[in-house]
Amino acid sequence: MNRLIIAVTLSSALALGACKKEPPVVTPDAPQDTVTQPTPTPTPTSTAPQPGSQSHFSSAMAGADTIYFDTDRYNIDNEDMTALRRQAEYLLQYTGARATVEGHADERGTRDYNLALGERRANAAKNYLVSLGVPESRLRTVSYGEERPVATASNEQAWARNRRAVTVMIER
Amino acid sequence: MIRFSLFASLTGVALSLSATPALAQNDDLMTDLDPASIGAQDVEETTVEGDGDGEGISVTVTADAWQDLGIAIASFATNRDVSTPANSQGTAALGLELARVVYSDLRFNGLFRPVGPDALPRPSYPEITDPAWNTWRGRSAEMLVHGYVRANDDGRLTVGCYLYDVALQSELVREGWVVNPSEWRRAAHKCADLVYSRLSGEDPFFDSRIAYIAETGPKDNRIKRLAIMDSDGANHRFITNGQSTALTPRYSPDYSKIAYLSYVDGNPRIYVYDIGSGRQTLVTQSANPTFAPRWSPDGRYILYSMAVGGNTDIYRVSAAGGGTPQRLTSGPAIEVGGSYSPDGSQIVFESDQSGAQQCYVMNSDGSNQRRISFFGGRCASPEWSPRGDQIAFTHIVGDFHIAVMNPQGRNMRTLTNGWQDEGPTWAPNGRIIQFFRTERNSGDTSIWQVDLTGENERRLRTPVGASDPAWGPVLP
Repeated sequence: MNRLIIAVTLSSALALGACKKEPPVVTPDAPQDTVTQPTPTPTPTSTAPQPGSQSHFSSAMAGADTIYFDTDRYNIDNEDMTALRRQAEYLLQYTGARATVEGHADERGTRDYNLALGERRANAAKNYLVSLGVPESRLRTVSYGEERPVATASNEQAWARNRRAVTVMIER
Repeated sequence: MIRFSLFASLTGVALSLSATPALAQNDDLMTDLDPASIGAQDVEETTVEGDGDGEGISVTVTADAWQDLGIAIASFATNRDVSTPANSQGTAALGLELARVVYSDLRFNGLFRPVGPDALPRPSYPEITDPAWNTWRGRSAEMLVHGYVRANDDGRLTVGCYLYDVALQSELVREGWVVNPSEWRRAAHKCADLVYSRLSGEDPFFDSRIAYIAETGPKDNRIKRLAIMDSDGANHRFITNGQSTALTPRYSPDYSKIAYLSYVDGNPRIYVYDIGSGRQTLVTQSANPTFAPRWSPDGRYILYSMAVGGNTDIYRVSAAGGGTPQRLTSGPAIEVGGSYSPDGSQIVFESDQSGAQQCYVMNSDGSNQRRISFFGGRCASPEWSPRGDQIAFTHIVGDFHIAVMNPQGRNMRTLTNGWQDEGPTWAPNGRIIQFFRTERNSGDTSIWQVDLTGENERRLRTPVGASDPAWGPVLP
């Protein structure tokens, strides 16, 4: 199993390296454009977010990086499908990008069950991305249960925001 | 061990490509822990002096009456006031502290009507075995606790504990223990246990420890650390340093290990922390997330829940390490948690196969699964009483309450009434339940305990916020 993980990460790392050398890649290769750049440390020049980075993905998604669930549910509804399609398009465009799908639950559940529920939600989102053609090897899941709320109030609105699956780029 | 460290470094390689910092799996552990202060040292029982005619007298106290007994707990005497590592002012001062701990144990748990040493005369050393009856008769105390502490030549302490019936002027029970100075509080807990057991007929429970999660910081950035304490909240220790979230600890029955969930490698996984070595290992070598660890009563097995492709089921693995995990549940629903009956033959667990969390019982090999909760609301985090006669659980009826039922799922009784009370854990004698309470909005957590009547509910004093309590058995 561990060997498999290594193999996967190494192969995707190789894929990334290969991508950078290929001419038709959409990424404008920054180091080559800026000719006068002997100091590599502070580069206040246009640090546009790199495709595949979290900031690039997040701004490209404009909110579609997160899908929401009803209490104790993990089904993918029409709204979720729209968001996941945008995520899939991104991941299919930037073939070097790898992502973690985080599953979360609201505080109104018991701890162990919420961990299991977060797993279900993360996997539901991941499986939909895979069904759209995203290679499973580029996706990882993690459940945070109720441990990482984004909304801290104890009311229906906050709980609805916390019952979510968030896709996050794995930064290189 | 070699194979283990290889795995850890390989995991580090895999993680170095991700956003998660590469942490070896022991990086989250505190390094300055003394195993003796976390694990269990043996306390040696010893014969103590008496006047010899106290045996054979039996006092029958009815179940209702013992709670109202007045008990005077006098300062323990010493034969010689000498210095001891247990108390900077010597063994005489230690004697007062010992009696204060006995008094606090009984008072804090709502047991009897105790009067403590600070409100009582101090008996002399010879009076410990020959009480000054005239002094005690006038004090509306039906029972009298005496004790002594002696510093031995080998540096250890001998503590004697005596329970007298004041009206009958007779000794009911006496016991003595030899302890290391660092474990002096255990002698006091054993004395409280002796008094409680003799008068109530119940099994002891004070000389035990609790593992829990210490919580600090705001709700959206909370730090959760594995911590332990004595049953009265003393001897508090942190086991992890808070770099990564820790959850749901469980002491092994012999107190040599703690199984708990940690995100130390970025994923939720159960580790078994070995108190003697200060190292931890994964409960099972799997890339899948594992959570909800539970020990079998004999310590031979660990139950854990594992999600494979998003589907959570309950597994059993040998606690000794190695061996193939056995899958106990199957099917597409969430099956999670699990708590053994005291004889180890059955497991109560939760499943949402009916559409919502309910409690189920199965044989310990996974056979004969059947739902037991049919009383409305949801049944979560069930815990089998060490006496076997009750199952405590989280009853979700809008709000979360602690409730008990019998192993057939009948005679359900609600014990608490908070906004969110969950995660029950039993005292070793099955008479008191601890749980944690979450405050609405702030999310602040605290550990509480309640007796089986639901009438005596108390908050435990912990240095910071506290959740996920797990009460261990009486110390060996």
